[in-house]
Amino acid sequence: MLDQVVFYFFAALAIVSAILVVTRRNAVQSAIFLVTALLATAGIFLNLNAEFLFIVQVILYAGGIMVLFIFVIMLVNLDVALHQVQFNRQWFVALIISAVLAAQVAAAIAVSRRTLYTMPAAPAESLQPNTERVAFYLFHTYVLPFEIASILLLVAMVGAVVMAKKRV
Amino acid sequence: MPYVLPVLFALVIVALLPLVAGYIVLVERKVMADMQVRLGPMRVGPHGLLQPIADAVKLLLKEDIIPESADRLVFWGAPLISVTTAMVALAALPIGPFFQIAELNIGLLFILGVSSLGIFGIVLGGWASNSHYSLLGALRSAAQLVSYETSAGMAIVGALLLAGTLSTRGIVQAQAQTEVWFIFAAPVGFFIYLVASIAETNRAPFDMPEAESELVAGYMTEYSGFRWALYFLAEYTNMIVVASIATTLFLGGWLRPFASTSYLDFLDWLPPLLMAGVAGYCFWRAPKQPVAVQKMFMAAVGLLCIVLALVLIMPMAAPRDSFLASSKAGIHGAFWFLFKVGAYIYVFMWLRFTFPRYRFDQLMRLGWQFLVPLSIVNVMGIGVGLALHRQLNWPAAPALILGIVLTLVAGAYLLATGEKHEHPRVGEEEEEETPVNA
Amino acid sequence: MAERYNFGAGAGGVNVETTVLGADEIILNMGPQHPSTHGVLRVKLRLDGEKVVGSECVIGYLHRGVEKIAEHRSYQQFAPYVDRMDYVAAVSNGLGYCETVEKLLGAEAPPRARVIRTILTELQRIASHLFWLGTHALDIGALTPLFYCLREREEILKIFEKYCGARLTTHAFRIGGLQYEAYDELEKDTERFCKDFDRRVDEYESLLTENRIWVGRTKGIGVLTADAAIAMGVTGPVLRASGVQWDIRKSMPYAAYDQYEFSIPTGKNGDTYDRYLVRLEEMRQSRKICLQAIENIPAGPILGKVGKVLKPPPGEVYHSIEAPKGELGYYIVSDGTTQPYRVRIRPPSLINLEALDQMIRGHLVADVVAVIGTLDIVLGEVDR
Repeated sequence: MLDQVVFYFFAALAIVSAILVVTRRNAVQSAIFLVTALLATAGIFLNLNAEFLFIVQVILYAGGIMVLFIFVIMLVNLDVALHQVQFNRQWFVALIISAVLAAQVAAAIAVSRRTLYTMPAAPAESLQPNTERVAFYLFHTYVLPFEIASILLLVAMVGAVVMAKKRV
Repeated sequence: MPYVLPVLFALVIVALLPLVAGYIVLVERKVMADMQVRLGPMRVGPHGLLQPIADAVKLLLKEDIIPESADRLVFWGAPLISVTTAMVALAALPIGPFFQIAELNIGLLFILGVSSLGIFGIVLGGWASNSHYSLLGALRSAAQLVSYETSAGMAIVGALLLAGTLSTRGIVQAQAQTEVWFIFAAPVGFFIYLVASIAETNRAPFDMPEAESELVAGYMTEYSGFRWALYFLAEYTNMIVVASIATTLFLGGWLRPFASTSYLDFLDWLPPLLMAGVAGYCFWRAPKQPVAVQKMFMAAVGLLCIVLALVLIMPMAAPRDSFLASSKAGIHGAFWFLFKVGAYIYVFMWLRFTFPRYRFDQLMRLGWQFLVPLSIVNVMGIGVGLALHRQLNWPAAPALILGIVLTLVAGAYLLATGEKHEHPRVGEEEEEETPVNA
Repeated sequence: MAERYNFGAGAGGVNVETTVLGADEIILNMGPQHPSTHGVLRVKLRLDGEKVVGSECVIGYLHRGVEKIAEHRSYQQFAPYVDRMDYVAAVSNGLGYCETVEKLLGAEAPPRARVIRTILTELQRIASHLFWLGTHALDIGALTPLFYCLREREEILKIFEKYCGARLTTHAFRIGGLQYEAYDELEKDTERFCKDFDRRVDEYESLLTENRIWVGRTKGIGVLTADAAIAMGVTGPVLRASGVQWDIRKSMPYAAYDQYEFSIPTGKNGDTYDRYLVRLEEMRQSRKICLQAIENIPAGPILGKVGKVLKPPPGEVYHSIEAPKGELGYYIVSDGTTQPYRVRIRPPSLINLEALDQMIRGHLVADVVAVIGTLDIVLGEVDR
């Protein structure tokens, strides 16, 4: 019962914030609502007993990436953007595409509703602390993909620095 | 009812925090005055003991000014973000083995994550004020917090390797079991965390975002009255939070010094004696106060200290196996925890009144070119020590000391090479560059 | 892209149309209400990020028309006004003025007066430098030295108070000699202060000189080469820190300076750190002068032969002294009446301030504060 209330609260918060992100004209306000949306998602993770995911979402997305977003937004002069037309004339096409997509998803759910297999939720008490599980899988089972991913990220980072620096 | 006790603790903390923060300010002013050969606040109450209350009343009654061209909503909400995040972070801190709002298995990460959100309060407040000083202050603090969170995080990782758990309570218990506070097992890590935590709380010598001689008051320039008080409350709460993290991680949390050495158990008498001493001082000074009200107030403070001393003595005097005796760990634990937090905050003040302020680029260089590499080396050093200990069955002490020595060597190397890169006129070589827009 | 910048109500609420060259540049108004512009100085900074690419000083917020007032006061009446220019070193201002008028009159102060003048002026130099050190350190973020400095300055102000009753705007001297006879314990008080003072300077040094942060904040900051300093007419410790050995006390001795031994400290690099060292050493030298002077204060009258009504012969005269902040010059034109025809004052702060723009280019905002501090300006003197 409480679980469901919490879930619907966070879900509603996430959706409303997400809508506000794209409708706000002021970039800083958009960013604020994006933070809210991310935090609401984090709340859902917590509700699912995924503490590690929750805190990673908070630290990395809300606390790290969004701070840099706002940092950049504040550095750039956005007063000009406030007075520009934000939607171009292709909104009609966009509407059709969105409608088709929505119909597809709805149809998929409707058709496979009976056959859709959902796992029963494990009771929270029987779960192992998932921080350790995440670490275990990352550094034991999936250590190679993990390392490859980190090297890829490193390459991307070095590349970004090199490109941003005009003279090496 | 599992929620009763946590809610009660939360209410106590929320209710007491403004008061505690106010008195930390008073202590800071008194410490500052002492270091600067003067007396500090002496007017409101005996020895200025009521000064925080007078200040709070003043701030609450001040006119609430919002600049005309400010973004009203964000301007209004930004201080709230700062205060809320700072207070939420307190939830996972174990003030003694019993006083803790929530025991989380990701406790430490939770504190870090939530307090990293506090930066939004600063950045948004600075932006919403629509003033150059505020904006510069906000940008500086954003850059500073992001930079120093990295090294603080890495310093914490070092201690976590030793503890093997993220739970705040588990970390203290690990220190109780190994009988070594992690400050001795990872001194470099403690040093890094000390520096990084000063930077994260925007305290001198890293108080760039509010450097009063440069940016007036940084992101708080346009704030006044109650909202300003909220920022201040957030700052001091953050100090308590980082001091608590340091206490938990490195200073043995609620543990008494030499907690498991039974022939040093007489140390348990220190807390009540300290309280009695303070009480005695109050009673001695009380008749010398100029006004009758102040005499009474001084005596009341003395009485309060007597009560605290009695509370601290009770579990020791009570018969074994009684409920009171079993509460000893809780009561004395809380005392030691708060004592260590206070000592850590005192170091903050000490540094503030001793050092000049770093310049922003120097701060960044220190952060990225010295602290971050050092903290990574520190993690590796501790890792090497632990690997030798656990895999190769070396005794713990030499293994860890080897790790520390390795780290120190790397630190010395970093310091030596760092000097060469300093060039005072920043960006001198970039001056000949053609502008981007040309 | 033309943008409108509001320079604020302090500037009369004018909107100034400014063309911004690069989109990165912002204009920051530092002051006139700012904690570390040492008064009502306004510096318009052009910033690229936090880097200063240009600056302009706007002065005059404290203009009181001192030079104009002089034309409507008799020579004696004007003397207290000069105390209000460099109010941190009022005694030095008074000395400069009195000596200039004496030169105009062709009179001379008796030896006793000259020695006491020297003592008080050197004490004032120490007081001024102390105040500079405290506020400069405060600007760079060291809170504590200020109070140590004020503690010692207090001793000096007490001596002034005992001597003439005033602490800040003393009006200690009189044209032709001294206003008051020295009080009985002047020598003893000065000696007690000087005995202790050497150790105190060491104390400031222990707080700052080898402090990593202090060195990092001051070394290489606001470099002024000797040539540039001379070209701009910069004087005082700022000039000496650039390596030029120029001190009016030595090169054109006045008061009783020719009787005493002291050296002129100079710097090498002309940066903020050197200026700091030079001023600290100057305090030590001033202490030395004071100690020598109290050894032997000649007896005799304190007031030379000047009439009650001063009517200097028509003519003009320029006389300058080494004030704590640099060359303080008075140029007085007399038309033979009891009031000067024109008085022109050369305040060291104003001339030194002109070097600011050159010194801060390429530095960060934080360095601007350090450089303003190191120039040791007093706005009362800049604006007059």
